Amino acid sequence: MTKSATLTKKDFSSDQTVRWCPGCGDYAILAAIQGTMPKLGIPKENIVFVSGIGCSSRFPYYMETYGFHTIHGRAPAFAAGLKIANPDLSVWLITGDGDGLSIGGNHLLHALRRNFDINILLFNNRIYGLTKGQYSPTSETGKQTKSSPMGSVEQPVNPIRFALASEASFVARTYDANPKHMAETFEKAAAHKGTSFVEIFQNCVIFNKDAFDDVYDRKVREENMIHLEEGEPLVAGKDVKQGVFLEGLTPVVRELTEETDPSTLLVHDSRQKSPIYANFLAAMEHPEFPVPVGVFRQIERPCYEEALEAQVRTAQEKAGVGKLEDLFKAGETWSVT
Amino acid sequence: MTEAVQSRHTLESATIRFAGDSGDGMQLTGTQFTNTSATLGNDISTFPDFPAEIRAPAGTVPGVSGFQIRFASEDIHTPGDRPDVLVAMNPAALKANIADLVPGGLLIVNEDAFGKSNLKKAEYGDVNPLEDGSLDTFRVVRIPLSTQTEQAVAEAGLNKKAAERCKNFYALGLVYYLYDRPMEQSMAWIERKFAKNAQIQDANKMALRAGYNYADTAEIFADTYQVPKARLASGTYRGITGNQALAMGLVAAAQIADKPLMYGSYPITPASDILHELARLRHYGVRTFQAEDEIAAIGATIGAAYGGAFAATGTSGPGICLKSEAMGLAVMTELPLVIVNVQRAGPSTGMPTKTEQSDLLQVMYGRNGDSPMAVVAPATPGECFTMAIEAFRIAVKYMTPVVILSDGYLANGAEPWKIPNLDQLPQIEVSHDIDPATFQPYSRNEQTLARPWAVPGQPGLEHRIGGLEKDDIKGNVSYDPDNHQKMTDLRAAKIAGIADDVPPLEIIGNADADTLVLSWGGTYGSILTAVNQFNNDGGNIAAAHFRYLNPFPANTAEVLAKYRRILVCELNNGQLDLLIRARFARETNSFLKVKGKPFQVSELLAFFKEHQA
Ligand SMILES: Cc1ncc(C[n+]2csc(CCOP(=O)(O)OP(=O)(O)O)c2C)c(N)n1
Ligand code: SF4
Ligand SMILES: [Mg+2]
Repeated sequence: MTKSATLTKKDFSSDQTVRWCPGCGDYAILAAIQGTMPKLGIPKENIVFVSGIGCSSRFPYYMETYGFHTIHGRAPAFAAGLKIANPDLSVWLITGDGDGLSIGGNHLLHALRRNFDINILLFNNRIYGLTKGQYSPTSETGKQTKSSPMGSVEQPVNPIRFALASEASFVARTYDANPKHMAETFEKAAAHKGTSFVEIFQNCVIFNKDAFDDVYDRKVREENMIHLEEGEPLVAGKDVKQGVFLEGLTPVVRELTEETDPSTLLVHDSRQKSPIYANFLAAMEHPEFPVPVGVFRQIERPCYEEALEAQVRTAQEKAGVGKLEDLFKAGETWSVT
Repeated sequence: MTEAVQSRHTLESATIRFAGDSGDGMQLTGTQFTNTSATLGNDISTFPDFPAEIRAPAGTVPGVSGFQIRFASEDIHTPGDRPDVLVAMNPAALKANIADLVPGGLLIVNEDAFGKSNLKKAEYGDVNPLEDGSLDTFRVVRIPLSTQTEQAVAEAGLNKKAAERCKNFYALGLVYYLYDRPMEQSMAWIERKFAKNAQIQDANKMALRAGYNYADTAEIFADTYQVPKARLASGTYRGITGNQALAMGLVAAAQIADKPLMYGSYPITPASDILHELARLRHYGVRTFQAEDEIAAIGATIGAAYGGAFAATGTSGPGICLKSEAMGLAVMTELPLVIVNVQRAGPSTGMPTKTEQSDLLQVMYGRNGDSPMAVVAPATPGECFTMAIEAFRIAVKYMTPVVILSDGYLANGAEPWKIPNLDQLPQIEVSHDIDPATFQPYSRNEQTLARPWAVPGQPGLEHRIGGLEKDDIKGNVSYDPDNHQKMTDLRAAKIAGIADDVPPLEIIGNADADTLVLSWGGTYGSILTAVNQFNNDGGNIAAAHFRYLNPFPANTAEVLAKYRRILVCELNNGQLDLLIRARFARETNSFLKVKGKPFQVSELLAFFKEHQA
């Protein structure tokens, strides 16, 4: 029996050689997850990493827990069945922007709305890594790749807005360049009961190098990001502070001056019942806005497996635990002598 | 009024078809007749035949719904080729069914429905078939069913339309009288069904009684019949459809093994009823999961199997197309699950409500890579029960997905089912007892070649599985060429080895004939009936019916070698036929039918005759 209290980060790394490209953002995410696991106090045998297909989806092989590398885009379905079979497991779903939002968009939608108590980590590198660099559903319009030599003509999807529209009960964003922020975000995701969705900005150094540098490079981070803190106003910038205000139905960014009335600033509240505020936040994209990271929304909603178990209990209380002989004899019977 | 003296003739078997508009309640009428006959002790076999549209335009031929029932005092295996009695509620029903009625058969028509507009909708033009002599070869009984029903139920105080809707019970009453069946059971059913609506309850009961009394007092039938009890083995019986049997079999398998049952599915005709049956059984610990599509349904099912549940998924052909990739994953990860395919006429959407056996090669080979999987096929509606248990037995013993090939005919057809004693049910042994000290995810049981079923939650057994090729024993990702060869061979050998663990292929008919008929799955009843009849009429033929298609039973080659001539009969364009030719290098002749309908005994007899020179 593994004693969770004595587990360390090392206990969570498997004996398999990690095969991502040197410099890939996935390494930092792996380290952050392995570092988070011992803090959760969950025995190793109760943790399962489930993934689809993609560079990111190789993740389970590197975790010394149970792991299931499934098929492209369908990991949410496997996680659902696993939770139905055993609601007590801590299930972590690893997916990519292609896996989760292209081939698996439908499954992701339904996983989020069903609200199984699982954690979904979407590694967003805005590219198909494993298949060597085609544009993905999160690639920006005009993105030139091998499959879009003249630039992508598609409108990208914003994962956070997708999650909110899918009725996700926990929606957050973090980035591979900040281990501390990742660790905090993963812990919050684990603590949330229901489906936790975390988008992770991830650097694919081979096919979409430094795609997020404009946002998260140390030099610009403070100007171009807002680290969401509960109860704190939405403010970016180091020397010059930029605040987020609502004008009518539109968020706008304005420099804070001495005349600014601080009470007019938007204050972060991830627990609002209405999803409207979280949607405002989610719509804040680079370069028009500083990009929010942290927890966008967390609400309480019944989770699927608990509701299902409750039905089983209710049915058994009402009709008694089903016996085969009663099942066979249900309806009209007759005897032949 | 006729002057004919009524006399009751005793028959060994009779076949009735109720046909009407989809909204006329013919399935219900047929089911009532079936249940009453079953309770009387007849052997029964039914064939519901309904349109894909919930309500095709009323009065048109595509909107016709039919229910055929054969009931007998002897052992029967088919719902009958052609009805002896046809009840046609409107011109479209007449048009769609009259060609099947036996010459001299009894035709009961609702005269009221033969107005100009209905005749036109049924594309009869200006000619009323009741008037033009075209029905002279039949005994036609014309009854103003709508009017008489309305009058009969007047007291219940329903409006005209609602009153007229009771006419199916009026028709049932007529036929109950014709075949000397009691009304009590249907009366009781009406009381239960309409417990909350006294008016409708009364009206339906009045209609049923009025129909019965009318047949009696007006002596509308020159002859009436009785079909005595069948000599069924003693025991308690119930009627059962293939889908009901399959659902119960899945539940039973899980209970036998002391496991929860998880069933993941996406609605599709004709498999949805399995989901409906199981969704009601939460108190049996059944967890149904209505997924967003068939891919998710099997994904969740594999996930549940990985989590240690007895997990099954059910669909029809188009759903199997979607599941194929995940079926391959189940082969690669060697997890136990049951995949039910209630086949329907294809390709593509095909004819959803019509039966066919054309997915055999799909489930055998319709996946990328060499991806062998066990395939079984129940032969009768009742056998869907035993085969569901058998499928789980194989799945967990060999750690493999197992496909059950049912079909629309089995799924919706009903027969009496002898309720089994619990202690007669087969045993299924499951073990997760694995020593962490020696655990290897892809080590194998020497005899079965099964790998261990290690389940998340078990300490010390943490391991990773997935669709990438795994190395032998350890189960780590491997691109080693020799390993892939070895694993491919192992996966094949594991499935092939099941052959020794299933019942041998049995010969029916005249074993020492020189001609062997081969068939599989849902056609058993018609094949058996045809073979017996052929031999009784002086023919000489043997038959073997496959319930195990992958692998074939161990004695298959031996059986085939005994016969000079092989005839393959199946409801597709030659799929078992192809397997027999390929596997056993035998020439065959085949009788292949794809009309969305089961075999008729008469067409099988003609085929046997033609090939038995
Ligand atoms: C059914 C199927 N179609 C296509 C592929 C090929 N494929 C593998 S991963 C992938 C895209 C992965 O992109 P993403 O999810 O963004 O993951 P990343 O590699 O970027 O981490 C594709 C198209 C596949 N494995 N399976
Ligand atoms: S291709 Fe990109 S995402 Fe994949 S491992 Fe290499 S750097 Fe990472
Ligand atoms: Mg990607």
